[in-house]
Amino acid sequence: MLDCFLAVSLRAQWSILTGWGHVPVAHARELRSEDLPGLTAGMPLSRGLGRSYGDSSLPAPGDDVVAGSTLADRILSFDPDSGILRAEAGLSLRDMVWLFLPRGFFTPVSPGTQYVTLGGMVAADIHGKGHHRDGCFGQHVTSLRLRVADGRIVDCSPTKERDLFRATVGGMGLTGHILEVSVRLKRIPSPWIVYESVRVDDIDAYMAALKEAASTWPQTVGFIDCSKGGRHLGRGILIKGRWAEPKEAPPQPPQPKRTRAVPFNLPSGLINPLTTRIFNAFTYWKHWSRVRRGVIHPEAYFYPLDKLLHWNRAYGRRGFTQYQCLLPNAAGPDAPRRFLELLRAQRVASPVCVIKDHGPESIGLLSFPCPGVSIAVDFPVDDRTQGVVDALNDFVIKAGGRVYLAKDAFTREEHYRAMEPRRLPEWEAIRRRWDPEKKLRSRQSVRILGDRVEAVLGSPGAGAATGAALPGPTAAPGPSLASVPAVASAVSTAPAEAPLDAAAPPPPRSRTA
Amino acid sequence: MKVVLLGGTKGMGRALGRLLVGKSHDLFLLGRDEADLARSARDFEVRGNRPAQTVKTAVCDLARPETFAPALEAADRALGAFDTVIVTAGLFAPQDELEADPAFVARMLHANFTGTVLLCEEARKRMLARGGGTLVVFSSVAGERGRKPVVLYGASKAGLSRYLEGLDHRYRNEGLVVVTVKPGFVKTGMTAGLPVPPFAGDAEGVAKVVLRGIERQRPVVYAPPIWALVMAVIRLLPRLLMRKIAF
Repeated sequence: MLDCFLAVSLRAQWSILTGWGHVPVAHARELRSEDLPGLTAGMPLSRGLGRSYGDSSLPAPGDDVVAGSTLADRILSFDPDSGILRAEAGLSLRDMVWLFLPRGFFTPVSPGTQYVTLGGMVAADIHGKGHHRDGCFGQHVTSLRLRVADGRIVDCSPTKERDLFRATVGGMGLTGHILEVSVRLKRIPSPWIVYESVRVDDIDAYMAALKEAASTWPQTVGFIDCSKGGRHLGRGILIKGRWAEPKEAPPQPPQPKRTRAVPFNLPSGLINPLTTRIFNAFTYWKHWSRVRRGVIHPEAYFYPLDKLLHWNRAYGRRGFTQYQCLLPNAAGPDAPRRFLELLRAQRVASPVCVIKDHGPESIGLLSFPCPGVSIAVDFPVDDRTQGVVDALNDFVIKAGGRVYLAKDAFTREEHYRAMEPRRLPEWEAIRRRWDPEKKLRSRQSVRILGDRVEAVLGSPGAGAATGAALPGPTAAPGPSLASVPAVASAVSTAPAEAPLDAAAPPPPRSRTA
Repeated sequence: MKVVLLGGTKGMGRALGRLLVGKSHDLFLLGRDEADLARSARDFEVRGNRPAQTVKTAVCDLARPETFAPALEAADRALGAFDTVIVTAGLFAPQDELEADPAFVARMLHANFTGTVLLCEEARKRMLARGGGTLVVFSSVAGERGRKPVVLYGASKAGLSRYLEGLDHRYRNEGLVVVTVKPGFVKTGMTAGLPVPPFAGDAEGVAKVVLRGIERQRPVVYAPPIWALVMAVIRLLPRLLMRKIAF
C-alpha cells in the first residue's frame, strides 16, 4: 500500500503531457487556475483541452510547465441582440453549445469535437464543415485580450492592433496567452439538423458531388474509404447538412447524448491495415441505400466521435497522428486522386479519411484553409511515420498546399517554410515585434520554426534549466520518432529520479477554494 | 431556494452556483474581491435559467469577521430573506509549504475554523429567527483522521466538522438543517499541481452530489460518494498503520 501511494504521488508530480495523438510525449506539468491573468505571467505556453493532435500544446524542450486554461471558463457577457459572447479563454465549446443551443444560438464555426476551448479555437483558427460559407472561427471573433510576452495585457481586434490580431488568430498561442475572447454567435432557426447523405463510387464522383453540393448546402463533409484502390479509389459517403426550419424540427429540444469511454489504452497494433479495411468497408456498406435524408441530432451531426470519450486510446500506447493538408484549387481537379494514390503507395492504413471543401483564406496569417479541398487521414505511429509524412509533405509542397498545425507532429522546418513562403515571414516579423526573445514557444515552434531553446533558458518563464541539462530525449529538439518510446519508458521505470524533482517550480503560494 | 454563496468565484463553489442558477434558484454571491465577484456574477446571470435574473454581490472575507453581518444584511435585502447559506471558501496549502510558512498557517487556521464558525453563527441567528433554513458548509475528508500530508489543514477541517455536527444536532428540531460536505480529492484550482490520487473527482460532479444532499437534507455528504467508503476504511485503520502509510 505504501509503495502504491508513493508511486502514484511521484509519477503525478512529473506528469506526462501529450496531445490528442499521444505522440510526442513531454515531461511537464500543466498548472491550472481560475485566475488566468495571474497564472500566465511568465509562462511559456498556454494549453486548453489538449485536443490538438501533435505538439502544439506541449512546452518546448527545456520548459517543464504550461498554463492550463480550462478552469478559466467564465462567461463575461452575452448580448442576445448582436449575438456577441465574451468569455474567458478556457470556456469549453461543449458548455457553449449546450448553453446557447436552447436559446437559438450556435458557434459560428464548429470543429469536429466539442472538447475544445474558446482559446484553442482561436489559436488554431479552427474551421468546420461550412468553411466554404462561414470561413474560419477567427473571422467571427470581434476582439481578444492577450497577455503578451513582455507581460502586458493587450486588447486586439480586426481594427485595434490589427497585426497582433492577425498573427494570433491561427498563431498556435505563440503571440500571447489568450485570456478573453469575444465572438459573434450565429442565430439558428432550430436546434436540429436536416441532412442528406450520398454514397459515391470513387474519388472523381466524390469531388464532383462535393463541389456541386457547396453551392446549395451550407455544410458539407465526406468520409472516404482510403483502403480501396483501383476503380473504387476514394469511394465514400458525402454528408450535406443545414439547420432545420422550425416546421421541420421535432417539437422537443435535443438533449446532450450519452457518452461512453474507452477505459484504457488498447493494445497498439489493433488498428492495422486489415481492421482498417474491414472497418471502412463496414462504414461504406452500412450506407446501403444510395441516398439518405432526415432530421438528425446536432451532436450526432457535428460531433459523431464525441460519443466515444478517449477514442484516441484505441490506438494504444504508441499513439497516432493525423495528417491534414490543404490542396488548393490551383493544384488541379485531380490533385485529391493523386494524393490518395500516394497514400496507397505509402501503405498508409487510415480508418478515417475526411475530405472537405474550402473557401477564401481567413484573417489569420497562419490560418490553415484557402480555396481548395483539405484531406485528413489518421494513422498509427510507427518507425515509418516520419518518412510517410515527409513524402506527403513533398507532394503538398509541389501542389502549393500546406498542413494544419493543430494536427501536425512530424513536419520538418524546411518543409513548413516551403509551404508558407509568403505568409510565414510576415507572421514572424509581427512575432519579433511582440516577442523578440521568443519567450512564448512550444515544442511545435521549436520543430517547425526553429526556435532556439538555449537562447531563452534562464529567462523568468523557463524555470527548467535542469530539465535541459538532462541527457536524452527531453532535451532533444523535435519529436524524433526514436525518442518517443524512450521518454515513455524513462517515466515508467524511474519515476523517482532526483533531477526531475529538482526542476519542479514552486507551486502557487496560497490557494483558496 | 434563496441562496447566499461564499466561495462561488472558484472551484466547487463556482460549479455549485452554476447548477443552482441553472435550476432557477436565486443566488447572492459573497467573496473577497469585488471585481472578481462581479465577473462571476455576470457568468451566473448568463448561465441562469431565467432571462432577467440578476446576481448581486457583497464583500465578505473569512479573515475579517466584521464583514459578516453587513454582507448577510445585504444578502437579506437583495434576496428578501435568504433560506440557504453555502460556504465553500477556505484556504489550503500542502503540508510542506505550510510547515515553512507559519504566517500562512495562522491565516489558514483562522479562515477555515474561526472565520467559518463565526460566519455560520451569524447565518444561524438570522435563519433561526425566521424559522430555520439550510446551512451548507464545505469541510473536508482531511478532517477525518490525522494524516501525514494534511496535518494542519486537516486539523482546521476536523474542528469545523465537529462544530457543524454539533450545530446540526442542536438546531435541526428548530428547523436549521446543517449539511456538512466532505469532498475527497477534487481537481480544482486549489489542488492544481498536486499529485492526483485515485478516486479524484471534478467540481461539476461534486456540485451535483451536494445539491442532491441539500435536497434530501443529509447531515453529511461525501463527494465524490466513493470517498464515504474510502474514509470508512481509513477511520478503521490502527494508528500503527497510519504512521506507516503516506496517505
